[in-house]
Amino acid sequence: MELDKIISLLKSKFGDEVIHEIDENASPKAVVVGVADIHRVCMELHTNEQTYFDMLSCLTGLDNGPDAGTMEVVYNLYSVPFEMGLMIKVKLDRNKPEINTVSDIWKTADWHEREAYDMFGIKFENHPDLRRILLPADWEGYPMQKDYQHQEYYRGIKVEY
Amino acid sequence: MANEIQYQYQEDNLIKSEPNKYREEDLKSEEMVVNLGPQHPSTHGVLRLEVVYDGEVVRDVIPHLGYLHRCFEKHAESLPYNQIIPFVDRMDYLAAMNSEHVYVMGVEKMLGIADKLPKRVEYIRVLVTELNRIASHFVAVGTYAMDIGAFTPFFWLIRDREHIQRMLEWASGARMLYNYLWVGGLFYDLPVGFEERCAEFVKYLRPKLAELEGLVMENKIFIDRTANVGVLPLDLALNYGVTGPMLRGSGLRYDLRKVDGYSVYSEIDFDVPIGEGKVGTVGDCWDRTDVRVREIHESLKIIEQCLVKLTKEHKRTKEFDPQELVPKKIRPKAQDFYIRGETPRGELGFFFRADGKSDIPFRCKARSSCFVNLSIISELSKGGLIADLIAILGSIDIVLGEVDR
Repeated sequence: MELDKIISLLKSKFGDEVIHEIDENASPKAVVVGVADIHRVCMELHTNEQTYFDMLSCLTGLDNGPDAGTMEVVYNLYSVPFEMGLMIKVKLDRNKPEINTVSDIWKTADWHEREAYDMFGIKFENHPDLRRILLPADWEGYPMQKDYQHQEYYRGIKVEY
Repeated sequence: MANEIQYQYQEDNLIKSEPNKYREEDLKSEEMVVNLGPQHPSTHGVLRLEVVYDGEVVRDVIPHLGYLHRCFEKHAESLPYNQIIPFVDRMDYLAAMNSEHVYVMGVEKMLGIADKLPKRVEYIRVLVTELNRIASHFVAVGTYAMDIGAFTPFFWLIRDREHIQRMLEWASGARMLYNYLWVGGLFYDLPVGFEERCAEFVKYLRPKLAELEGLVMENKIFIDRTANVGVLPLDLALNYGVTGPMLRGSGLRYDLRKVDGYSVYSEIDFDVPIGEGKVGTVGDCWDRTDVRVREIHESLKIIEQCLVKLTKEHKRTKEFDPQELVPKKIRPKAQDFYIRGETPRGELGFFFRADGKSDIPFRCKARSSCFVNLSIISELSKGGLIADLIAILGSIDIVLGEVDR
């Protein structure tokens, strides 16, 4: 299935405004959808017999920096029976990065969302178990943010080396 | 001052830094929480499993990761593309060539030079990657047999892995962390005599593999411990994003070398083994190990074909320069790019965002195969015995360097 067919399928289901932007330059080609729509768009792509994206390959958090004022979440979907990939991008407000979880659709998202929360501070609503995953639970701040300043001491150990 | 001990032991340090998910009041009267790891031989590194069990039966498993976290993604945001390669090596340290291959392929595709590479470079890449895949599967099967209680296979496999490591050292100068595949080419051409030595090795290894099968795969104790244990149904595997030998063990013929046909894999003839439930159910621990062992045979086939190409069609010439296409400055156009490839553990992916203005990636995310494969552990081991938990964990074949990155 081609990208334009996926787009028209989503538009016919949820209305024209569901797709904010199309990025043909990306590989695989990407669509940008709104924060509020991500769960139902993913659910539709996952369950629809024509698309059937049964695998979530990768979920990436991304910070555009304080000047741009946005964060992003990038979903890389893959459909094993149709052998096609799709990238979905969502822009978030940097001051209040909140988005609905997709871990009820793909279990892969569970740990990837925890990692994005750990590194960027993106809150995934309705996530069953949103704890830090790679860093210690009492670490301060979110290291992958572009303006991150690490704490001076952690447990009396100097962080700067 | 420099030698002063900075860390002051305090009793609640561990409780604060990595608290257990289960508290005492959550448990039923017969249940107990036991920590497996972080220092435990069967976790193959530093992984802590919080196990809730009732007698011998596992009720829940909660993995606590991050003991080997080295901020790969943060480092990658401050280094040029070519200087990230050594960091990629250190992610999956048992299969560094495979990780490198995926990474350099991604950067080359972003630059648009992927199709221009000389065929000899591509065949050398596939040759060393497959050698590394065999070495990695040797460690996987060897340590797995050791978890189960068989000590001999580990020694035999490490002995044969040594041949591979010496060959790769001969080519690249390092035993495990190579930095041999470069963006746009290779560090060096293969050393003179490598092809002959490699052909000799293939001839040496074939009978050893038959020994391995008799020693491990047909072993009565091994079968008793692994057959019908940790059965992974296919739909669950896909939902969790599990890839590699684990997914193929569940019966899906899905190998990115075939599906994507990247590099020169589309020109090479090889099979993709899947789990068939020969001694138990499809998708049990034995099937996953069996897929790995049969993949070694397939890798040998690939190596033989590469050697033929490298000694005939694309043979060594004086003019051949493996660094011919290595760009002086790596500056891809602004784009988002997701590249994936098959490592011994499954799909390794890199997500790049290039801003088009610098030699440094704006964002480089590694989609690690073990990280995703490990997330299924609690689903697989719930309701089983503690001894089965060890068998399941070993069959997932994790490398903590890649899980924690």
